[in-house]
Amino acid sequence: MTTVAVKPATMAQALTRALRDAMTADPSVHVMGEDVGTLGGVFRVTDGLAKEFGETRCTDTPLAEAGILGTAVGMAMYGLRPVVEMQFDAFAYPAFEQLISHVSRMRNRTRGRMPLPITVRVPYGGGIGGVEHHSDSSEAYYMATPGLHVVTPATVADAYGLLRRAIASDDPVVFLEPKRLYWSKDTWNPEHPTDVEPIGRAVVRRTGRSATLITYGPSVPVCLEAAEAAHAEGWDLEVVDLRSLVPFDDETVCASVRRTGRAVVVHESGGFGGPGGEIAARVTERCFHHLEAPVLRVAGFDIPYPPPMLERHHLPGVDRILDAVARLQWEAEG
Amino acid sequence: MTVMEQRGAYRPSPPPAWQPRTDPTPLLPDERPYRVLGTETAAEADPELLRRLYTQLVRGRRYNAQATALTKQGRLAVYPSSTGQEACEVAAALALEERDWLFPSYRDTLAVIARGVDPVEALTLLRGDWHTGYDPYAHRVAPLSTPLATQLPHAVGLAHAARLKGDDVVALAMVGDGGTSEGDFHEALNFAAVWQAPVVFLVQNNGFAISVPLAKQTAAPSLAHKAVGYGMPGRLVDGNDAAAVHEVLAAAVRRAREGGGPTLVEAVTYRIDAHTNADDATRYRGDTEVDTWREHDPIVLLERELTHRGLLDEDFAGRVREDAEAMAADLRARMNRDPELDPMHLFDQVYAETTGQLREQRALLRAELEAEQQDQEGGPR
Repeated sequence: MTTVAVKPATMAQALTRALRDAMTADPSVHVMGEDVGTLGGVFRVTDGLAKEFGETRCTDTPLAEAGILGTAVGMAMYGLRPVVEMQFDAFAYPAFEQLISHVSRMRNRTRGRMPLPITVRVPYGGGIGGVEHHSDSSEAYYMATPGLHVVTPATVADAYGLLRRAIASDDPVVFLEPKRLYWSKDTWNPEHPTDVEPIGRAVVRRTGRSATLITYGPSVPVCLEAAEAAHAEGWDLEVVDLRSLVPFDDETVCASVRRTGRAVVVHESGGFGGPGGEIAARVTERCFHHLEAPVLRVAGFDIPYPPPMLERHHLPGVDRILDAVARLQWEAEG
Repeated sequence: MTVMEQRGAYRPSPPPAWQPRTDPTPLLPDERPYRVLGTETAAEADPELLRRLYTQLVRGRRYNAQATALTKQGRLAVYPSSTGQEACEVAAALALEERDWLFPSYRDTLAVIARGVDPVEALTLLRGDWHTGYDPYAHRVAPLSTPLATQLPHAVGLAHAARLKGDDVVALAMVGDGGTSEGDFHEALNFAAVWQAPVVFLVQNNGFAISVPLAKQTAAPSLAHKAVGYGMPGRLVDGNDAAAVHEVLAAAVRRAREGGGPTLVEAVTYRIDAHTNADDATRYRGDTEVDTWREHDPIVLLERELTHRGLLDEDFAGRVREDAEAMAADLRARMNRDPELDPMHLFDQVYAETTGQLREQRALLRAELEAEQQDQEGGPR
């Protein structure tokens, strides 16, 4: 057996590999979307799949998101396992009716007789200099829809493992891919990719004793950077990567907050009506007597996503996170 | 040749869709709705088929009447009647083979039961004890779809998947005239044509989208004309002529099965009843209009033909009536029993595996139900 040198791989490459391995393992897996065939997707995540598996397994569809997801529903009804690519977060909105009125409800509507194992891949979030409609954080819309799983990786290894889990799931999964992490690298061996835990488990990325940063997707590296910077100021921050927004891992999150007694939720999505409100409420309801301070949120502003030349002011950065940490009522400790 | 390969030397090479069609089938529909009953071609219609259509038409009309009565008695939350449209409903179901799939809208319960679905299970959505009461795989009938036209892309996807798997299966999707204005109608027809999916679209043009007449819905010469833009044949048929609707649909199904791709069929009909029991049709149309359409009744048209050919003897007519009455009596009896409701089932099958969040909420509801029961028993809380 030859040993393969472990080289750095990007998240995009890990996602491609996950699709390829899923298609190899299961002939019912079909990839479909705009430009996913010949071009390999605008982010090249489906690169080479049409060539390897043929155009009927990796299909360039007409340019119509509701039609893509709607036909995927019918394909899933007939026993296929479609993996749909929405080209960008804000281009997925035409598919909302199919997603909300059918994809999320079909299992429940039919008492489990007609499950829809569909994976909807959505590149999301900002930080890539995208012009209007290319940087939305749409996760709150999906989270508010019962029947969907909402998953987002933050590491190369998780991107592979979670996408394999999503495709294998008998439930519909909205798989949110943080655009700005597509080119993030990590040492990762595509020949021996490690599995991840089932969908719904958060992971502690960094252990700490002072406070917990609860975050996901594109904000995970930012929080890890903030935690390093906080170290110099005497705070030992724990970072929890949710990985899955639905189902939500109360256990891991609350265990961490009970240990540290303080928490900040960090995400790019707007704060009002955003995931952070739900997370803060869940933590407060479950950990009230362990909390030394209110759970704070560091989120994008409640504005339409800004133009690229101004987006850095919108996105939660290290300084804004540290400012929030500073407001966690440390003086009370005396 | 890929786009990348075309770089450098610019040589416009039209993709296949731009090439002239080689299929000689005309795309444009006839100027007037195609008819069989009352014309010379009626003599060629298969007597067995006409009798089957008649049996189902009478049964369908009786079902509509019974369901409407059940609504007035509070046994159904709502019922969108298809009285006047029975020919479309019945012909759609009978044009399909057992292995084919039907994609109905909420008004298409007659087509659903004509496929073999239990008449009570077909009403689950409208009774309100669950959403879909029947197993879609048992008779290959998709759930009744309420959001307009959203079931059309499902039919395309299913038909496409069947073809990919090498199965000889056709999907027939039903939609109303109002539904043709929806984006999903456009996307479904376009996908179907591009993929040459074995699917037939049946538009029942019953004149109204609740209260809005067709003239406010489209400026197209007919809804069947819309097919042309997608590159599929459009067919216009008299929707109250069961023999004509069946013939046109059967031909479209055959064409789809043989690899000829999709067809759009517009059946011109009329909704005799209001949109639902909750609607007041006198606010938007007059009695004379309804009376005119009553003269063009699908059952009367077929009865005339059967009588003319000596196919409607008293024995057969009696059996048809008895069959319809038996169905109605059974429906009445079973619908007059309260459905068994278990609130704890609300949390089932939201996901394959119930999440912790839903387990917590299920426990909350269970506690509420237990407290309710204790209250009813007069015990201490």
